[in-house]
Amino acid sequence: MNPSLTSPVLPEPRLRRSLRHGVTVSVFCTVIATMLWLIRGHRWDVDMVYSQSIGLTTWLLIDIGAALMTRGTEVPWPTGWRVPVLLAAGIVPGYVIGTVIGDAYRGGSNWDDWHGSPRAFASYLVTSVVAAVVITNYFISKGRAQHQAVQLAAAERDAAEAKLAMLQSQVEPHMLFNTLANLRVLIAMDPPRAQAMLDQLIAFLRATLEASRGGSHSLSAEFARIGDYLALMQIRMGARLEARLDLPAELAQMAVPPLLLQPLVENAIKHGLEPKVEGGRIDVSARREAGTLVLTVRDTGVGLDGPPADGARFGLHQVRERLATLHGGAARLSLDRAADDDGGCVAIIHLPITEAR
Amino acid sequence: MTAPLALIAEDEPLLAQHLRGELARLWPELRFAESAGDGLTALRRALAQRPDILLLDIRMPGMSGLEVAQALAEDWPDGVNFPLLVFVTAYDQYALQAFERSAIDYVLKPLQPERLAQTCGRLRSALAQRSAAPNPNDALQAAVQQLRGLVDAPRPAAPTLQVLQASVGDVIHLVPIAEVLYFEAADKYVRVITAEREHLIRTSLRELQPQLDAQRFWQIHRGTIVRCDAIATATRDESGRYTLSLRGHPDRLAVSRLYAHLFRAM
Repeated sequence: MNPSLTSPVLPEPRLRRSLRHGVTVSVFCTVIATMLWLIRGHRWDVDMVYSQSIGLTTWLLIDIGAALMTRGTEVPWPTGWRVPVLLAAGIVPGYVIGTVIGDAYRGGSNWDDWHGSPRAFASYLVTSVVAAVVITNYFISKGRAQHQAVQLAAAERDAAEAKLAMLQSQVEPHMLFNTLANLRVLIAMDPPRAQAMLDQLIAFLRATLEASRGGSHSLSAEFARIGDYLALMQIRMGARLEARLDLPAELAQMAVPPLLLQPLVENAIKHGLEPKVEGGRIDVSARREAGTLVLTVRDTGVGLDGPPADGARFGLHQVRERLATLHGGAARLSLDRAADDDGGCVAIIHLPITEAR
Repeated sequence: MTAPLALIAEDEPLLAQHLRGELARLWPELRFAESAGDGLTALRRALAQRPDILLLDIRMPGMSGLEVAQALAEDWPDGVNFPLLVFVTAYDQYALQAFERSAIDYVLKPLQPERLAQTCGRLRSALAQRSAAPNPNDALQAAVQQLRGLVDAPRPAAPTLQVLQASVGDVIHLVPIAEVLYFEAADKYVRVITAEREHLIRTSLRELQPQLDAQRFWQIHRGTIVRCDAIATATRDESGRYTLSLRGHPDRLAVSRLYAHLFRAM
């Protein structure tokens, strides 16, 4: 899945949308003019000119007004008190200018009809106002719906990208290819061990997919997957990697987000133990402190001297993001130098306690 | 011609063993030095045993494969054939681009037997060429040219340092970067030499380098970066190596052959 390849819903360009509105208005005006002509039996062309010039002038004024009101914003339509203001600013001058154009075509004045036939004049005016309000409201609600669709699509895209970034960080290409290289060797050399390694890789990959879908699993499942990951790394690093997992039985059913600890374990190996010639040990443990679940990933690697590597920072950032999304400020992650003589560093997660679903 | 000697530098024991097995199958007369599991061991072993072929994993503890190759090109004795280099990597797109540019051979993990056979073919013909027209210094120069391409590979830019902070006990000395004559790597530290005195800062030369203005601070050895306007003279000895003298400081600095091209009379 590559979100950049899915066709995104793009907002329609303003000019194109405006022209589309113009055509809609013109069609509407044609219908009105035809209806007036059918009812009253006057000259069809005169009704058409009045109708089109009033409608299109009003459309032009309203669309220009809307563009000015919403300049620099993402929503292409005004909201709240601006809507009636825009309508008034469009309809009144639109009616006046449109009538002047119609008068010029007819060679008489519609304003004179005010005296001759107030009813006809009023019917023009009411028709114009009602038509303008209805059409404008239709355009506004349609514009809003489109805008919401675009925003929704963007949000979905962002979520998909975040998931992909997480998946990629957990199944880092270097890790995957090196693991496969080892697996390829083991298949010929030690088939049962190769099979066990493949099973661990499958379980780990399944968990990464699970993690990218959100949800949660039990702490015992979390430790099992971290165990798989560490076993894969142990095949690669041989005697240079020693791993200890310590999960008290009473905490086994606690719920945690899948592979929450994985970036921390990966950092401990990649930035702590892999660079160290003699290798070292990684301890992953869980304990309960009052209402808090405390998860610790500790290594005896090269420690925190020097600026953190970019990759390490990304891993920490990712864990913090997940904690913030799930628990707000109630969960936290800290990274420190290990206090004892073995050196290295220690990452600690504090989580509010919840039981597994 | 004696059977060629290969040295494998790979931190993952299974992969080292496998690479050795595959090479032995494809090239039965090939001899092997004991494989090295980290960069430093690889460098020492290569200098001591002078293999004909050196297979270097890129990501290794201690020193990366690239650093081993560069250090080897700097320290390699004159008049001895430089090993033919093959880099081994699982995934490293930037390094691969650099290899392509400098025409350096590499193989990808997991190993593909056909690809490895190709590499063996290339290595065989290169060795045959060498024994037909032995000129060790040409081989070394060719390797130096290729490795320069890797050294000069574009690095991510970092904000330029203006002042260094070196602590001595409870006191932090602020050293303007313009006063530094040269930097020298010393284990986990870097020695900072100014006209008046010397400081130690807790960083590596590798981390420091991207923060220095490359126009002004020249790397002349893997362990030395010098401010170019502090250099007074560059003197060439009979083996073609340059030694620098500084303005206002008695120290002499050696230029490695990887960086000798920086010094040319105008």
